[in-house]
Amino acid sequence: MEPLDGNAIGGLLIDVFGAEMTGVIGTCGYCGDTGPVAELVVYRQAPGTVARCRACGNIVMVFVKVRGTTCVDLMGMASLGQPGAA
Amino acid sequence: MSHISRGFRGRRRVPDAEAGRLPPGQYLTEGFPVLSAGPTPHTPLANWTFSITRSGATKGSWSWPEFQALPAENVTVDIHCVTRWSKFDTGWRGVSVDTLLDRVEHDGRYVMAFCDGGYTTNLPLDDVTGGKAWVAFDYDGQALAPEHGGPARLLVPHLYFWKSAKWVRGLDLRDTDQPGFWETYGYHMYGDPWREQRYAGD
Amino acid sequence: MAGTALRGRLTWQVATVAALTRETASVCTIGLEPPDWAGHRAGQHLDVRLTAEDGYRAERSYSIASAPGERLAITVERLDDGEVSPYLTEDLEVGDKLELRGPIGGYFVWEPGDHSPLTLLAGGSGVVPLRSILRYRLRTGSAVPARLLYSARTLPDVIYHDELGQHHDGVQVSYTLTRSQPPGWTGHTGRINADLLADVAWPAAANPVAYVCGPTSFVETAAAALVGLGYPPERVKTERFGATGGP
Repeated sequence: MEPLDGNAIGGLLIDVFGAEMTGVIGTCGYCGDTGPVAELVVYRQAPGTVARCRACGNIVMVFVKVRGTTCVDLMGMASLGQPGAA
Repeated sequence: MSHISRGFRGRRRVPDAEAGRLPPGQYLTEGFPVLSAGPTPHTPLANWTFSITRSGATKGSWSWPEFQALPAENVTVDIHCVTRWSKFDTGWRGVSVDTLLDRVEHDGRYVMAFCDGGYTTNLPLDDVTGGKAWVAFDYDGQALAPEHGGPARLLVPHLYFWKSAKWVRGLDLRDTDQPGFWETYGYHMYGDPWREQRYAGD
Repeated sequence: MAGTALRGRLTWQVATVAALTRETASVCTIGLEPPDWAGHRAGQHLDVRLTAEDGYRAERSYSIASAPGERLAITVERLDDGEVSPYLTEDLEVGDKLELRGPIGGYFVWEPGDHSPLTLLAGGSGVVPLRSILRYRLRTGSAVPARLLYSARTLPDVIYHDELGQHHDGVQVSYTLTRSQPPGWTGHTGRINADLLADVAWPAAANPVAYVCGPTSFVETAAAALVGLGYPPERVKTERFGATGGP
């Protein structure tokens, strides 16, 4: 199963952040690479959704739906720009 | 009352006589979905080892040829994924974890399975011994495919299948139960499908 | 702006299926009438959710095939081992209801205010959002020159073939057929690669912007080739679809 990209979690990101996020610029906390959320490597088929930095492969976002509530872990991101500021 | 899509059934089939075999909230699938949180590792067999470790020390380790020389078993088991699909009568061949632990001096009450790609999952030692767990290298009569965890994965069918760690490289013996990868993100520390222990707090 | 307004647009709503158009043997365009649609931008997608009588649910994303201002439509390819696409392409009937939410996506979008020449690379059903872009370009009378390279397995697999053949307005459409070609085929053959793109895509010196959409392996190859031809990475927009359904 080939991974997708951040476009595939556009709806999920709106659920979590309340805003369109695919164009937002993120910075990887491991390697410092920057780029739009749309270009993250996304694995959607696991017990949760995992987004990895395209440059270094480390996990930057994890989404898990626990009893109907989506929990998000962004510890792999050094920063995530303001919604709308692409 | 939420919308119902006329005529939609989905991929699953509803077992009739076998209904008692399906844990609560599960659906039966005919396929074998590939679920992953990262790229498929491709460790060459020449570099592959399986180790039992404890506090940073290796208690026992097997290369692939050494592993293949161990007594192995064929098992047919039902498997249950936390994403709600179940598959009956899956056929595996592997080395029982009992066989591995019998060959090393070991203590501890818990294990953390560790894998290529960085995945981990925690289990009580009791749940990987007594004939309940294997390190499996064949599925359905053929070498386990990389996307399904090959060359070898942990097989612990009595728990949700995220505990059957793909690309497993060893078990680290522990005194306390610490959360592995999915457990850290909110999945249940134990994961009994018959008590529907999907998430922490269930 | 937008936090609350966006949330309002992203609630699930039950649309009526207004039209079904068979595009190819395995591809169908579904015209939809949602009760509360706020419009969309070319390149965006929507989420569809199916619910069985016992509550079992499946959710998928589909690119919007219509241009902003047209009746909403999605184009769906039937995947052999799919769970949702066989239902949408074979079981759905006009008058049925379909639960959806959207529009979604702010990165893979095109606006006519961008005057850059367009390089559009489609792998299989990846042509769908690019078709929305081309229709919007036409609707707005944009003079932006565009080049579409569409990779498909065979000619019968090409979606919107007649419509794409009707562009004489600054849009060049070329095809590469990867599995088999009809007798007398004068288009390209084989999978997309750097040589083909050097021939067909806008040269980097034209300061183009590229939209690349299709299966992951197609997108990786095509996007890397464009960067190799001198396209700045930030000028190559990508959208990867689930595997199968592509060349």
